[in-house]
Amino acid sequence: MSIDVRNVTHIYMPNTPFESIAIKDVNWTINDGDFWGLIGHTGSGKSTLIQHLNGLLKPTSGEIIIDGKNIHSKEVSLKAIRQKVGLVFQYPEHQLFEETVEQDVAFGPRNMGLPDEEISKRVKEALELVGLPYEQIKDKSPFELSGGQMRRVAIAGVLAMKPKILILDEPTAGLDPRGRDEILEEIINLKKNQNLTVILVSHSMEDIAKIVDKLAVMYKGQMVSQGTPREIFKDYQGLVEKGLGIPQVTELMIKLKAKGKNVSTDILTVEEAREEILKHIRGKGLA
Amino acid sequence: MTITAEITAKGVYYQYSASGDLALSNINLTIKPGEFVAIIGPNGSGKSTLAKLFNGLFLPTKGNIFVDGLNTKDEANIWKIRQKAGMVFQNPDNQIVATIVEEDVAFGPENLGIPPKEIRQRIDEALRTVELTEFANKAPHLLSGGQKQRVAIAGILAMKPDCIILDEPTAMLDPVGRKEVISTVQKLNRQEGKTVILITHFMQEAVCADRVLVMEKGKIVMEGKPSEIFSQVEELKKHGLDVPQVTELAYLLSKDNVPLRKDILTVDEMVDCLCQLM
Repeated sequence: MSIDVRNVTHIYMPNTPFESIAIKDVNWTINDGDFWGLIGHTGSGKSTLIQHLNGLLKPTSGEIIIDGKNIHSKEVSLKAIRQKVGLVFQYPEHQLFEETVEQDVAFGPRNMGLPDEEISKRVKEALELVGLPYEQIKDKSPFELSGGQMRRVAIAGVLAMKPKILILDEPTAGLDPRGRDEILEEIINLKKNQNLTVILVSHSMEDIAKIVDKLAVMYKGQMVSQGTPREIFKDYQGLVEKGLGIPQVTELMIKLKAKGKNVSTDILTVEEAREEILKHIRGKGLA
Repeated sequence: MTITAEITAKGVYYQYSASGDLALSNINLTIKPGEFVAIIGPNGSGKSTLAKLFNGLFLPTKGNIFVDGLNTKDEANIWKIRQKAGMVFQNPDNQIVATIVEEDVAFGPENLGIPPKEIRQRIDEALRTVELTEFANKAPHLLSGGQKQRVAIAGILAMKPDCIILDEPTAMLDPVGRKEVISTVQKLNRQEGKTVILITHFMQEAVCADRVLVMEKGKIVMEGKPSEIFSQVEELKKHGLDVPQVTELAYLLSKDNVPLRKDILTVDEMVDCLCQLM
């Protein structure tokens, strides 16, 4: 399943004094099996853009093509699109509302009109996928869980609809380091084991550098660059000007290089930095 | 009894409901005037609960909190305490009430009944401190996340508090917004002499503090200077936390027998140390 964003512009409250252009002329192709990161300053249009990908917002101009069809044409059912393109909003735990975890996760598949047996199978699977033990958690109130657990229940609610594409808007915001690592780990596993296409929106350059294959950068409503994390993070100054940054270890290597050390700056993770530095220090026989 | 400390917690317990677990258990703590304290800890460890006790939004189930000698349990003190200890929360959009930046900053002092002339001075001063003077007449929704959060900080400053408590003020911000807010917070502490209590999940932010408190399950489990806390990489990971990337790198390299200090906290420190070796 692929999504083609073609020349999409979205204007909020057009023809009023409050008119504002949220995104402008965005082009983006998401292919089957891709793992994208989407970064951009606050207010750059990331959330507006992803709400177009499952038809929650309709472009003011331009088209969203999924599997060859414009999703706003009459022949396409938006309900079917929303099942295939699962969207996990920011702070999704605020959307939990049922009395038990099981009922909450079942809400999506129940609305799809699935038989009870299939629903309970999906609920069980979805909870296990996000690392929550079904038997222990199913009868609990979602509101007595920790922040990280609540967020996982919310993600399970989307997974229970068996989407082909999973979009997560800042899934680690406000989580502690362990909760953050666990969620990222689960996203990587889901991607691998469920053969999902994933789009991850994040303000954490460190997280993005660790897990995505491709990176799209938004700035003031426009998509200004696309490439691998290595390509994108080369432009430190440009990213800072756009309200963004680079991982701390990448910054370290750039600063070492500026001090005349002949190190590679093509470094995205702590492990890569360790190897690169060891190579230079061992060359001097110091360690 | 003379109280010299800005904020003191004595044997503080807090329970959200009579049947529930203790959110805080036997907290004893003194935060000195002008100190910058960072509180880190997993979700649900009691950080925000403690912060809300510091300005009397919550009252201890057992024990006492004193702000500048005033007990938060004494209702007569509550407005004085809230004026002394102001709070900034995670989401700037939930804290901004007016449609013009300077009107938003004026909201607090207006409620304190400050004369208009002085309010004007306080707004100008607060906006100058957070470096948003040229945005005074703009609509807050046109600002970036980091700018909005600085408007929220200016609103608190205009009430002239001695202490500012920030509960994950950067959780929703982009990297540049995070840096703006943290450098504003450092400035308030170093130049304006404000006591700062910063709750955060970003370890590189806690590095700027004079003292770091680590909370877990309602208790303070570690306490010390940032260099003392973050050099204990394994201990922190046991508590579900982590360390800045450069600190982790220094830790791994020292395991590889590279002669590096374990308490390296910033990129610049690491650059200096490595330059001597390479």
